[in-house]
Amino acid sequence: MTGPLKPGHLVLFDTVTAPATIEDIEGRLRERRYIGDRALATSIFLALRLQKPLFIEGEAGVGKTEAAKVMAEVLGARLIRLQCYEGIDLAHAVYEWNYPRQLLHIRLMGDGADRRTAEREIFSSDFLLRRPLLDAIDNDDPTPPVLLIDEIDRSDEEFEAFLLELLSDFQVSIPEIGTIKARQVPLVVITSNRTREVHDALKRRCLYHWIDYPDLDKEVEIVRARAPEAADGLAREVAALVQGLRGMDLYKVPGVAETLDWARSLAALGATRIDAGLVSATMGAALKYQEDLDRVREQVPALVEKAQRA
Amino acid sequence: MLEQRPDLLPRLGAFARLLHDAGLEAGPRRLTDATRALGFIDLKQRDDFHNALRSVFVSRKEDIPTFEAAFDIFWAPPDPRVSAGTIPGRSRPLPMAPERAKAWANALGLNTSQMNREDPTEFPASSSGYSAEELLRHKDFEEMTWAETEQVRKLLEQAPWRVAERRTRRLRPSRTGRIDLRRSARHAIRSSGELVMLFRRKPRVRRRPLVLICDVSGSMERYSRLLMIFAHAVSRREDLEAFVFSTRLTRITRLLRQRDLDKALDSVSKGVHDFSGGTRIGDAIGDFNRRWARRVLGHGAVVIIISDGWDRGDPAHLTSELIHLRRSAHRLIWLNPLLGSEGYEPLTRGMAAALPHCDDFLAAHNVQALEDLGRLLSGLDNRTSR
Repeated sequence: MTGPLKPGHLVLFDTVTAPATIEDIEGRLRERRYIGDRALATSIFLALRLQKPLFIEGEAGVGKTEAAKVMAEVLGARLIRLQCYEGIDLAHAVYEWNYPRQLLHIRLMGDGADRRTAEREIFSSDFLLRRPLLDAIDNDDPTPPVLLIDEIDRSDEEFEAFLLELLSDFQVSIPEIGTIKARQVPLVVITSNRTREVHDALKRRCLYHWIDYPDLDKEVEIVRARAPEAADGLAREVAALVQGLRGMDLYKVPGVAETLDWARSLAALGATRIDAGLVSATMGAALKYQEDLDRVREQVPALVEKAQRA
Repeated sequence: MLEQRPDLLPRLGAFARLLHDAGLEAGPRRLTDATRALGFIDLKQRDDFHNALRSVFVSRKEDIPTFEAAFDIFWAPPDPRVSAGTIPGRSRPLPMAPERAKAWANALGLNTSQMNREDPTEFPASSSGYSAEELLRHKDFEEMTWAETEQVRKLLEQAPWRVAERRTRRLRPSRTGRIDLRRSARHAIRSSGELVMLFRRKPRVRRRPLVLICDVSGSMERYSRLLMIFAHAVSRREDLEAFVFSTRLTRITRLLRQRDLDKALDSVSKGVHDFSGGTRIGDAIGDFNRRWARRVLGHGAVVIIISDGWDRGDPAHLTSELIHLRRSAHRLIWLNPLLGSEGYEPLTRGMAAALPHCDDFLAAHNVQALEDLGRLLSGLDNRTSR
């Protein structure tokens, strides 16, 4: 991959392609079968307008990552995803020199080569491995990309400190090349499952949105939109079942992702309604702890009956 | 759209001050963002106005209720029934220092009873008791006078131990360890591609986080104050998450974070509503497992439970929750103040149920015992995972 590495200027977001109103975003999300609420649409709208990163928190499986993916589709932009983990560093997040190629190149140049020329050659963009963060600020995309920094709570303080710098100036410095400033500001979406508290300084730079579990009607709507293979009656019953499970004392409460998995599993089995036998057999789609399965198993008939009445 | 409402800017500034007084971060940066955000919003759409301000001023889930209460109080539309002495829809309490609350209530024309009013807790006057340091170290917390607890606090604050470190997954340059290809290759380029020097790196170390879960039920009352002093002293220097429970579990990490001990203890006693209630240890640990474990047990945390094991709940429940907790913690330590008393044997149902599932079972009745705990914590191994 060879991209332009000349320092450029920050250009404002192209308001022609950007959604003009909150309704517009709501509608476009819905078209892509993402059932969000107006508060989320407002946050996205402001993130685009204020050019600030959007920090989305919520329990696992409520659609945080999906929101970013759909936004990229909606904007006609490329999605650049950086999955965080403990110990993630610049070499994995920003750039790395392709050392084997550089060494090979130097060997091929032979002994007579001038060292300065050699260095200039091997520290050029041809030898640069571009990682997601560099890609997000330095690219030729017609539309600014959507940068998804996923599960930032898995990374560590050192990486947060680096992000803080990146997100305030949208620039990266590579000692051999110089400072690369974003020519267009990407829409940055940061997600967190809250497995730990992310530093306030980073959050302060972002707009914040908390995604809650949806209520029954909304969850039914989500199942219909995203698991259309599930019959209407089945969609409603599975959603009601999961809503019932969320009220129980469980180690891992099922998210919307689990509801969808469950509805798809049941649909694949040809079910159009739920019954105690089917639910017991497929519970593993929603419950991921042995203790939780044991606890729920005794109550399956009651839960099914309640879900069928909902 | 903002230019149509010239009165809005000063109002927004006042709202930011209200949020600030209620404990949210509402500095100039956020105020600027809020002003810019409102420039893009149709102000007649009340929901959008509300959502926009929330996405700017809130940055953690716990702040949402405070924001909502402040928003209601500040922006509630004028209600004709206000003159009758009630303000419907403004009932959510907004936590705030009493004098600030009063000032705001006056400024906003609110009935002061709507703000949280709390009497400052009365502390007993200090007596003149005094003991030599060594004596104090071995004296049971239960028998201590007020003045002695003050000295204990100094001893605890100066405690010489730190929690042991664990290896992280982040690497740093070092003389020993794995070969750092990046730096080695880098160096080789300077010598025309010959790998003349090998650089190495090894994992960086960090202190293990501590999680303290402290029983403050009736039977633990005599120890509560000192254990809170201990928690405060530890939180000054370690990465500490602290919880207390009697009938339910309350997180006090943020309350302890105040530098001043008395202020911290004061906010803990205000923030915890069931001091000296009954005990359901199993429920409390279960609550911790479900609501908090995933958030605070990352990075090889050490969990310390302080309780005398007097439990009114089901021992089987306690057992299953402890098994779960032990699986997600690096080490599970149970401190029991009664263990220090002569002839004590862990015969209470709760303690008997818990004992096989804890890595360590230690006393916590005097300074010496807490120092023993400190030694244990500083000697933990440095495994990367858990």
